[in-house]
Amino acid sequence: MATVRALRSCSRTAGRLICVHHIRSCTSVRFIKSKYMSIFDKSAFKFSHQHRLFRTSTISNGQIVQFKLSDIGEGITEVTVKEWYVKEGDSVSQFDSICEVQSDKASVTITSRYDGIIRKLHYNLDEIAYVGKPLVDIETDVLKAVSSEEDVVETPAVSHEEQTHQEIKGHKTLATPAVRRLAMENNIKLSEVVGTGKDNRILKEDILNYLAKQTGAILPPSPKPEIIPPLPKPETVPPAPKDRGTKIAIPISKPIVFAGKDKTEAVTGFHKAMVKTMTAALQIPHFGYCDEIDLTQLVQLREELKPVAQARGVKVSFMPFFIKSSSLSTYLGTCMYGHYMLPDVLSFCPLLFPLGDKSIKRALSAASLGLLHYPILNASVDENCQSITYKASHNIGVAMDTEQGLIVPNVKNVQVCSVFDIASELNRLQTLGSSGQLGTNDLTGGTFTLSNIGTIGGTYAKPVILPPEVAIGALGKIQVLPRFNGKGEVFKAQIMNVSWSADHRIIDGATMARFSNLWKSYLENPASMLVDLK
Amino acid sequence: MVILLSLKNCFQLHYGLKIPAAGFRCSANTGLIIQSVSSDIYQNLAVEDWVHDNMTLEDRHVLFMWRNSPTVVIGRHQNPWQECNLKIMREKNIKLARRRSGGGTVYHDLGNINLTFFTSKKKYERMENLKLVVRALKALRPQFDVRATERYDLLLNGNFKISGTAAKLGRTVAYHHCTLLCNADRFLLSSVLKSPYKGIKSNATPSMPALVKNLFEEDPSLTCEIVMDAIAAEYARCHKIDHCITLINPGDETVFPGINMKTKELQTWDWIYGKTPKFSIRTCFNMVYKQSLLEVKVDIQVKHGRIEACNIDLPEQWLPPAMCSELEKNLTGSKLCPSETAALASTLLRVCPQNYELHSKWSLLCETVMTLM
Repeated sequence: MATVRALRSCSRTAGRLICVHHIRSCTSVRFIKSKYMSIFDKSAFKFSHQHRLFRTSTISNGQIVQFKLSDIGEGITEVTVKEWYVKEGDSVSQFDSICEVQSDKASVTITSRYDGIIRKLHYNLDEIAYVGKPLVDIETDVLKAVSSEEDVVETPAVSHEEQTHQEIKGHKTLATPAVRRLAMENNIKLSEVVGTGKDNRILKEDILNYLAKQTGAILPPSPKPEIIPPLPKPETVPPAPKDRGTKIAIPISKPIVFAGKDKTEAVTGFHKAMVKTMTAALQIPHFGYCDEIDLTQLVQLREELKPVAQARGVKVSFMPFFIKSSSLSTYLGTCMYGHYMLPDVLSFCPLLFPLGDKSIKRALSAASLGLLHYPILNASVDENCQSITYKASHNIGVAMDTEQGLIVPNVKNVQVCSVFDIASELNRLQTLGSSGQLGTNDLTGGTFTLSNIGTIGGTYAKPVILPPEVAIGALGKIQVLPRFNGKGEVFKAQIMNVSWSADHRIIDGATMARFSNLWKSYLENPASMLVDLK
Repeated sequence: MVILLSLKNCFQLHYGLKIPAAGFRCSANTGLIIQSVSSDIYQNLAVEDWVHDNMTLEDRHVLFMWRNSPTVVIGRHQNPWQECNLKIMREKNIKLARRRSGGGTVYHDLGNINLTFFTSKKKYERMENLKLVVRALKALRPQFDVRATERYDLLLNGNFKISGTAAKLGRTVAYHHCTLLCNADRFLLSSVLKSPYKGIKSNATPSMPALVKNLFEEDPSLTCEIVMDAIAAEYARCHKIDHCITLINPGDETVFPGINMKTKELQTWDWIYGKTPKFSIRTCFNMVYKQSLLEVKVDIQVKHGRIEACNIDLPEQWLPPAMCSELEKNLTGSKLCPSETAALASTLLRVCPQNYELHSKWSLLCETVMTLM
């Protein structure tokens, strides 16, 4: 008899020790999603009561429970299923949203009563679902399902709470019936336990942690409330160095668990079109040319112009000047390019000097002037680079950052526009751009582009030419830097960097350099623009 | 009686909302009346979300009063293309929002009062709330003929709708909100709530158009403030609480932790447009090109606000078939949005043969397709 008892007690102790070992692993594993179960020690399966704590993805040991559509209130018996948040095979936790139903202007979110895997959806979208009839089938573990059944009460007046509540000190304590049973068995007051689940819900781990703190040991969740003496320190901790008299606590390194997942999405819409365009763009042999411009005089000029512009209700930035200078730089100087139309400088002079004010006369933006001198920069080549078309209109594009990304609306016919015309057109394009109303007309037909990336930041850039154009300029930010003047004195200069890119098949470095120098001279000394106009 | 919140009260409100027993200026044990200082629809909708997600309302009731700058608000399962004129809205800078409750489309502006009645799920009773509003209006102007219908509308003089209702039920909290037309821009309302888009076939919840009238038109001495105060007084009387309205700032994270994230979520394209139930657009256009009339057939399937499949039937050889299929291919997966389509179309044009006629035809086609969006 004694031997039997001894054996029994032995196995009991053995059983309990094994129990403890598995509880420890169980509780740590419980915090990780069930998919990591595959690395778990299979010997745990021997203990049937352990099944409550976890599920494996391969072995389904739960039963299918039909989750019925609970009462909505106001005597409503049927609803329309409007959106499913889960599909068959998805795993859900208690309180996760399952679907959205609608009944007579009321939208209801149905949340899950169980942890489990969705096995069947009983309705398709837009079908009528009935209160009290099954909505979804969830595969969940037996014990929890059985205990939760008690909560299903069909009286309309009572709201269907999936958990029972305990009102202690005016504070709600949320816990499943299984957790409450555990607490009761261990004489624990739920109000004293810190809940770590959703809505401060008390989980099984919280009870176990609370118990561990109380007794200094880790207890099994079995009904037997026996206390096991504290376990010996794990052997993985390396011994403290002997040369020091004091003990140094060595932290046990926890593996860093990062639950983030990569997200892949298709490239669609505008971005897809950009992929095509940019791939074509990089077929163009680009060369770059950079320089710095001293805008001190232009800054002063703009300040003088501000009140005049305000009176007209036009916001004038530096862009209109840059744009106009680019256009004006195209002047029939050299005889390399023969047969295209000469813009009549005299005819557009009155437009360039609308008010006769000296400061406005000086404020001619250099870009358009530049293109007048070097029309090759306002050209376009065909696919096989067999013919060049010199565009008569200077439709200068301005890169704009919007919700879609980078779009390039253009100001049409800059060669016949005054600075104010350009400024008000830019205002219009900016307003449309920010409210998402730009049409295809504003976005197509560009011949030359300027990108003012400096408003965001940066100095030098390497812009990519937008086909079918042949040149592009990127403007850096205006910085206040020390420079030497003609007398060798240091002065405060407003410096901006410009980075040009051009199609090397038809434009050579010398042309680009001369264009840039001309553009630069117009901006650095606005008076020089006057000299070149007839 | 309106109490302006000092910082101290703000914290009291925060704790008052979380822990029922905490001390509070107004007797928060059975009821609370709050009013938003913001006229931003997204912030105000976020307050509703916040209360729904964060408050436990076993025996308590909360009344939330708010007004918004010009906005169109569609119901949870509605289709904005079917419900309103997005083109006019973009031009006039009228916002679009999708709320989480069901029901139909409404136009909000500062002349339209919004009332949200928060209760626990078991205390959810829409008719009671509407009767409260009717009592309040009657107390204010006994001569008014205001009554609630079975559809939970409020009618003035038997045939003019002055209020529409919608509701949201969660796990433990439910809310019922309704509008109240005091002095809204009726002209703008009717033009904006009329969809110009043809050929839409959808299972989304449709709105029921109705004749509307402002309370102001019945009695010009009424203002929104007077009406809101009357409703608050009736609410206070009903729930036996002090008639004091607490002003709240929906942008304050200290009072409403996590609210700014909710506000942001309500502003995303994926929520506003992407939550539209699947629908299709099947229509025929007549395009005018150089004095000739061309028939274009368009068939677009839209899912999550994006073009799932697209078919454009053009007169033969009007546009090179390669270009037409390129447009269809690029539109697939793209958002049903005119600015996205314009950007897409003009970008694609860059890698097409440089031919003035081709470009103008392409632009015309794209502009035509954009009118569907």
